[in-house]
Amino acid sequence: MSRPPLAAACAAVLRRDLVLAWRRRGDIAMPVLYALIVATLFPFALGPEEALLQRIAGGVVLVTVLLAMLLALDAMFRGDIEDGSLEQLVLAPQPLALMLGMKILAHWITTALPLIVIAPLLAGMLHLPGAAMSVLLLALLLATPLLSLLGAILVALTAGTRRSGMLLALMLLPLCVPVVIFAAGAVSAAQQGLPWLAPVAWLGAALAMALVLAPLACAAALRIALDA
Amino acid sequence: MANWIPLWLHKLGSPPIFYRFAGTLRPWALALALLLGMAALYGGLVLAPADYQQGDAYRIIFIHVPSAWMSLFIYGVMALASFIALVWRIKLAEVVAMESAPIGAAFTFVTLVTGSLWGKPMWGTWWTWDARLTSELVLLFLYLGVIGLYHAFEDRRQGARAAAFLALIGIVNVPIVHFSVNWWNTLHQGSTVRILGPSKMSGDMLWPLLTMMAATKFYYIASLFGRVRADLLALESGKDWVRQIAEAEAGR
Amino acid sequence: MSQFFAMGGYAAYVWPAYAVFFIVLIADFLAPGIRRRRQLRELRARLARQGARQQRNPTPSS
Repeated sequence: MSRPPLAAACAAVLRRDLVLAWRRRGDIAMPVLYALIVATLFPFALGPEEALLQRIAGGVVLVTVLLAMLLALDAMFRGDIEDGSLEQLVLAPQPLALMLGMKILAHWITTALPLIVIAPLLAGMLHLPGAAMSVLLLALLLATPLLSLLGAILVALTAGTRRSGMLLALMLLPLCVPVVIFAAGAVSAAQQGLPWLAPVAWLGAALAMALVLAPLACAAALRIALDA
Repeated sequence: MANWIPLWLHKLGSPPIFYRFAGTLRPWALALALLLGMAALYGGLVLAPADYQQGDAYRIIFIHVPSAWMSLFIYGVMALASFIALVWRIKLAEVVAMESAPIGAAFTFVTLVTGSLWGKPMWGTWWTWDARLTSELVLLFLYLGVIGLYHAFEDRRQGARAAAFLALIGIVNVPIVHFSVNWWNTLHQGSTVRILGPSKMSGDMLWPLLTMMAATKFYYIASLFGRVRADLLALESGKDWVRQIAEAEAGR
Repeated sequence: MSQFFAMGGYAAYVWPAYAVFFIVLIADFLAPGIRRRRQLRELRARLARQGARQQRNPTPSS
């Protein structure tokens, strides 16, 4: 049996997921729309006072992006479980962790990247000062892959269950507390003119750890959840 | 060669033997818990003098601190059992891990409620986003996540293994949460409240506290064994030994 | 005695705390007993049904 080279397999998985996502473009737009709605509701609830909105802008954008990602997280492996292609992936000769890593990357590109693209718009609606904008984008660039990676482990754990959006939120909350704290901390430090490098560095360190460990954990979780 | 120890442990892992073992130990653990608990309550509520700063309100410490300690201790036991369950696939370890979770959640809940009942007269607020309080809340969510995941599966053993994995992720997460919330708190200097660390407790306050800690430990053993027994019966309901128990208790 | 129950003015905090502690632990302790009894009852009912079925057709066809 000749096995295709690893790089080709990775590229194939990535390409397949991206093509599938592209064929259902409407689904990509949903989290973006959701984030837009949530960010619009905040000024209505809190009043249009600029100073107040400015103060909460960074945190609101981060939490909005987190919730929008949570919305899309549930679907990460669902289609593949329903049509059985995930089990093929488990049986494939290539290391499962690497394949899942590619799937997580594809998921991040299709859900988190559009959110990062509209994040300046959301932040602008809430009057976030321009100086903090770049820090917000940097924090989002580090925090969203982290959330995708952590979320993927939990999605894999719930793979064998019926639909469980609420359970996923409950499980993700303890894991995303540090991520939210450091990402929002960096933005608010930048807003106050304080050094913001330390929290961003922590996020980067966490991301480096998660990049290595999360796909492995995800693979282990998937084997547990699918093993009947 | 103490060859009988591993053999004994191996035998203890078998459900019917553990069922009987737990059944004989449980009343003793409960009796010890009640006895120590009574002594601690008498010592804490009656004998110990009122605190010179906090008056009598500090007496909540005799249930609050042991509960907080148990909430962490039980998580440790759960994570250890989860590890054993995942590596060696021992059914009993799965049951112990999953039946520890509700007890741990109960203690965490008690810690949060008694803590806010203590905080109200002392700090003037029911809740503050202090590092310890926030970590305890996150711990409650971790417990609830484990319980929820366990019950989301139709196959109980599969659910137990998935939830055990989640428990292991959680034990990595707890120190990270504590550290990050600490960092967060120094960033927002606003509402930092000094939790009164009992740096130096007088002896007649300390012994009821330690006695209560021992009592909660024994209570945990008693409660855990009761839960494990019930769970083993459900898991093994097709087996002969369960049938015999069912028939033996038919008269009652 | 009433001085003991007054808890130096903090009775409204101390006693509810103790009440929560005991109520939660008692509930936690009783829950498995109830579950165990229900399981055994269901098992006995299942055994009784099986027994009745076997009496109706003594040679169980596979």
